[in-house]
Amino acid sequence: MITFERVDKSYGDRPVLREVSLDVRQGEVVVVCGPSGSGKSTLIKCVNALEPFQSGTIRVGETVLGRGSLDARALRRRVGMVFQHFELYPHLDVMENLCLAQRTVLKRSRSAAEERASALLDRVGLREKCSALPAQLSGGQQQRIAIARALALDPEVMLFDEPTSALDPEMVNEVLDVMTALAREGMTMMVVTHEMGFARRVADRVVFMEDGAIVEDCATDVFFGDPGKLSQRAQRFLSKVLPH
Amino acid sequence: MNALWDNAAFLAEGLALSLGLTVIGVLGGLSLGTALAALRLFGGRAGGAVVDVYVFAFRAVPLILVIFWFYFMVPLILGRPVGAFASAVVAFVLFEAAYYSEIIRGGLASVRPGQMNAALACGMSRVAALRYVVLPQAFRAMMPVFLTQAIVLFQDTSLVFVVSLHDFLTAAAIVANRAGRLVETYLLACLVYYLVCLAATAAVAKMRRSAP
Ligand SMILES: Nc1ncnc2c1ncn2[C@@H]1O[C@H](COP(=O)(O)OP(=O)(O)OP(=O)(O)O)[C@@H](O)[C@H]1O
Ligand SMILES: [Mg+2]
Repeated sequence: MITFERVDKSYGDRPVLREVSLDVRQGEVVVVCGPSGSGKSTLIKCVNALEPFQSGTIRVGETVLGRGSLDARALRRRVGMVFQHFELYPHLDVMENLCLAQRTVLKRSRSAAEERASALLDRVGLREKCSALPAQLSGGQQQRIAIARALALDPEVMLFDEPTSALDPEMVNEVLDVMTALAREGMTMMVVTHEMGFARRVADRVVFMEDGAIVEDCATDVFFGDPGKLSQRAQRFLSKVLPH
Repeated sequence: MNALWDNAAFLAEGLALSLGLTVIGVLGGLSLGTALAALRLFGGRAGGAVVDVYVFAFRAVPLILVIFWFYFMVPLILGRPVGAFASAVVAFVLFEAAYYSEIIRGGLASVRPGQMNAALACGMSRVAALRYVVLPQAFRAMMPVFLTQAIVLFQDTSLVFVVSLHDFLTAAAIVANRAGRLVETYLLACLVYYLVCLAATAAVAKMRRSAP
């Protein structure tokens, strides 16, 4: 579903992705972790063409990114994205947040868009918030709305960039629960997170990055069950993020 | 009091000129200022440089000089006299545009970059993202500064006396001297400025409440 082939990217002369190759199959959940600045955000922003890269190719379904022109908008329609800081539109209420792209991008009618939005609000347990403004919601609620907003476009792939790291601890689980349910339904997901409990329970694979390169890419049970096989750097990282 | 009443029509004409110049200055300045801000956003390095020079050129000199200058310039460019009012309008619009383009630039910069990314990530075009997501937020942030700018502009219309136009304050000064009623006339002038400012503030507050 998503394939990276020897992707290189740099800001000026500072490399941020080095020969990244990665394969995410349909229905797979891949967790990406690694120290700050290792290029995780950059990696997933490349998938929906929010970041250009210098060489290599990325395939998303049928779409090939990387050479020549490409219709970024057609690609982004099929790839949902959830941000660390939610990025709900603060001047629009929840219903309008969920309907805006449905109406402007998919050209759905108002009633069709609102019907889809209501169904998704039910699903994330926030039906009663449909006319609230984002500022009136808790962080956890905002992030659940942001997930619903992305799902409203019926994406084939969902990308998450540290979806819980801006949340108070007591709100982390409500968001992870929504993501877990999504994964169980077979959504293809790339998730940047340091929630190792979530990774252990939900991910099929764990990818560990450092300095723009993928250092580990292995099945979840190997990553957590057999740490002796991991590189020193990954072991050191794990010992920091895992509770003892 | 009688002297003021006798000159009411003269004062009202001055007020009409001031309000008219302000409205044209705001609308024209806002349009041209938006165009300049767009040129800075989408015009690449050259477009940005043009806007920088423009803003610098108008911000460095006082408005009174711009009014005076255009009074002589516009007829030269057009090859025929255009009158004091038309040249004042041109001066105000061009001068205000420099400020508005800077206000708009600041307003756009106040919107988090993540908002643009969020809209793009949903498949929206850059234009749609600006229109539905970024600009509404930017305009909300800019509203108070727009209001201040409009009020200052209203006060600055008094500068058109240099090209012999009778704005409100100039008219009031003439009446004050002619009738020898300095205190009353200037008190009235103050009152009118306060009322106009209150009305503009109320209108903006209403616009902010009813904005989508
Ligand atoms: N717009 C930019 N211009 C220059 N350098 C950038 C830019 N964005 C990111 N970088 C650099 O690229 C590197 C990778 O950034 P990235 O945000 O992908 O890291 P990350 O793994 O997501 O880190 P974090 O855990 O802090 O979110 C960092 O060193 C960062 O400083
Ligand atoms: Mg990041």
